[in-house]
Amino acid sequence: MTVTEQLKASGSTRQVGQRTMVVWVPDWPVLAAASVEGVSPSAALAVLQKGRVLASSAAARAEGVRRGLRARDAQSRCPDLLVLKYDPVVDARAFDPVISCLEALTPGIQVIRPGMCALKARGPSRYYGSEPAAAEKLLDRLETYDVPGGRVGVADGPFAAEQAARAASAQTRVRVIPPGGSAEFLAPLTIDTLERPELTDLLRRLGLRSLGAFARLPATEVLTRFGPDGAFAHRLARGDDDRAVVAREVPPELTRTLDFEPPVDRVDQVAFAVRTVAEELVGRLAALGLVCTTLRVEVGTESGRVHEREWLHPRWFAPGDVVDRVRWQLQGSGTATSELTSPVVRLRLVPERVDPVGAHVDTLWGSGPDERIHRALSRVQSMLGHGAVVTPVISGGRGYAERQTLIPWGDPLTPARPPSDPWPGSLPAPTSPPTPVPDDSFSGLSTQTAASLAAISPPVSSVPVLRTEHVIGGLQVFSPSSSESTAPSASRQESSATVSRRPRTTTPLPLPSTSGWPVPVPTLVYPSPRPAEVLAADGRQVTVSARGGLSGAPAAFRLLPGPQVADSNKLHPVTAWAGPWPVEERWWDEEAENRLARFQLVTADGRAWLAAVQNTHWWIEASYD
Amino acid sequence: MLTALPTLDTARSRAVSAPRTTETRVQQALDTAGAERSLPTLPAVSELLSGAPLRGGAVYSVRGSSALVMAMMAGPSAEGAWCGVVGMPSFGAEAARALGVDLERLVLVPDPQHDWLSVVAALVDALTVVVVRPPGEVTSGEASRLSARLRTRGAMLIAVGSWPGSEARLEVQANTWSGLGAGEGHLTARQATIAVTGRGAAVRPRRHQLWLPALDGTIRSVDDGVVDDSTRWLQEAVG
Repeated sequence: MTVTEQLKASGSTRQVGQRTMVVWVPDWPVLAAASVEGVSPSAALAVLQKGRVLASSAAARAEGVRRGLRARDAQSRCPDLLVLKYDPVVDARAFDPVISCLEALTPGIQVIRPGMCALKARGPSRYYGSEPAAAEKLLDRLETYDVPGGRVGVADGPFAAEQAARAASAQTRVRVIPPGGSAEFLAPLTIDTLERPELTDLLRRLGLRSLGAFARLPATEVLTRFGPDGAFAHRLARGDDDRAVVAREVPPELTRTLDFEPPVDRVDQVAFAVRTVAEELVGRLAALGLVCTTLRVEVGTESGRVHEREWLHPRWFAPGDVVDRVRWQLQGSGTATSELTSPVVRLRLVPERVDPVGAHVDTLWGSGPDERIHRALSRVQSMLGHGAVVTPVISGGRGYAERQTLIPWGDPLTPARPPSDPWPGSLPAPTSPPTPVPDDSFSGLSTQTAASLAAISPPVSSVPVLRTEHVIGGLQVFSPSSSESTAPSASRQESSATVSRRPRTTTPLPLPSTSGWPVPVPTLVYPSPRPAEVLAADGRQVTVSARGGLSGAPAAFRLLPGPQVADSNKLHPVTAWAGPWPVEERWWDEEAENRLARFQLVTADGRAWLAAVQNTHWWIEASYD
Repeated sequence: MLTALPTLDTARSRAVSAPRTTETRVQQALDTAGAERSLPTLPAVSELLSGAPLRGGAVYSVRGSSALVMAMMAGPSAEGAWCGVVGMPSFGAEAARALGVDLERLVLVPDPQHDWLSVVAALVDALTVVVVRPPGEVTSGEASRLSARLRTRGAMLIAVGSWPGSEARLEVQANTWSGLGAGEGHLTARQATIAVTGRGAAVRPRRHQLWLPALDGTIRSVDDGVVDDSTRWLQEAVG
């Protein structure tokens, strides 16, 4: 039902419904979404909620788009249909200024839902002479506010008035039901207008298809059969709606708007103008005993687009913080004096979330950073920009670079990918059992046996035994690793032979960890991997086949020339290496697909590197510095 | 311009309304008292500094290993100190966590642009440990201005690279990685030879052997790690 239950309770005293005026803007979700997206509401538009059409524009309706249609059906009926997503917040937010503009004419407006509001008809009708005259006045006001197509219904009680507004045609725009005529007006309407699916479904099966038929039932019978809720619906159907219009409490105006005339096209000019407004805003909040923790900055540009962004603050916004946020939002990656792509005509500061001052005696997030630290970091941020001071958070992923998310100071610490998810193939892999297995027992050994062997043998404590363990599917292949053995090539051939017998979807070989001890993590993770060349002993580049076979053992590598590379073209001889550890990510998605193989290399100067190869291109991802 | 306003304000109010009262003298005494405090230090790191802890207000220069820098940060960080890292875009946070740095109290300024000195100065005001990789040569004037600020705040600076007038210079001279063979195994542990030079040119560098990290992920010195240069020839001659 449209009006709250409290209203229902208040209507216990029996009296004839109050004269009520309902102002209705048809297709409000479409209008609201269109204005945010910057498209014309006269185009063929549809607003979708959960994959079904919630509202559509007149042009779309002319093509046969109806409420409740699935998106695909709607698009097949109207191929040039523009589909927008329904956002109740946008809907309500866009309706707020409309209410304010009506309140300039008459106070005491109750918002029933975005796009529809109710008010007592008595005051305006006496002031403007008659009910139709008052209704026309309100509609004219809406027209001047650029909200076309409004309708007004006047009747006894909000329910009848709402139905009257819906019944008003586009030409007449106003429908007035005379006092006492509500029951007669409502009688032919379908039972669905009650908007109670369970009740109307039952009534329909009882053969009651119109409100009039339902209204003819005795009130006591309805109460005993359908309960208080049914009795209330019955009263609505009888035109006996005794709910009063409860005017909304006008909220204190906290939003600050700045209009630039002529438009301003430099960041520092905007920032300068914002300063006084920001001080005014924070001062007004302080006077109300509030502090702002979330601020929305909306920037309207000459090109007609509105750029908005929400800014969080670890504590609360001081005037200087507000100015910084506006500057960061405008300049993006540019500098303070850089020109904007489109001049700014309008700027709105909306305190999205305010808290009482008392809630912020200590810190926002429990044992958060103290004031001194926050101030120092904010100072650096205002020197370099919002994204220049970051806190690292460990997130999920297979490469080391994607496993650290850098979050600007002040933003909530949410990792880009959940670290708790399993990431098969990541380095280091989840710990696997230790491998002190006798050399003669390496082929065909099950995981279980390995684990049980591991349980009885003590962990290696001194210099670790060099040993390869490849897990391919469920089969483990252990290769002995004494220095004189020819293990590397043999094990490589063996594992590639094993791979070749298996389908393409083999599990990536995880980097084994020795007996639960942590695997060293690279201390330098290059934000952008450095291109390199890895060469075999014969001087040719090492390649990895689709099945994980190597063209030759890596003997040396060199970093290709780049901006950050000091010692490019210097050949680093490789003294020890391991790999490949293949990773095959998102093979089902052609664009995001990622197939690569990782290697660890130790060079003659004692440094260790993490290299990766993809389609014959090598790069150094990280270094164990 | 706008951002400079608050500092100007406070400076002016201090200049106008702060004669040399007892309060300011007490404040100064407190400021200088904080200078010589010692910071919590990992045992392995303290061994490198011949038993001394890391000192607030001092500058240490480290060459050749980020892991050693992280090990030096780990001690104070574990005890609740805030750390900042300036000018190291490839700082591996996961490795830092593995070596004992608390990421919740770690902030990075990967690219301080051309103004690294003022960024470091701003961070030194609030954080306990600041790591910086200066983009170029550091002049002794810059160093002394910053070290005055460090002493007042009791913060420790770790410079990656050279730094004029540092308390101690730690340099990784050689690494031996274990665990990796020819196409097999994986990196497990590293033994690093670290040369430590104290203040002044006369001090002879001392060499230490450090597991960085050891097989179990900890950082500790290799047994009978300290090999003094003066006795080294003797050992070689005898052994």
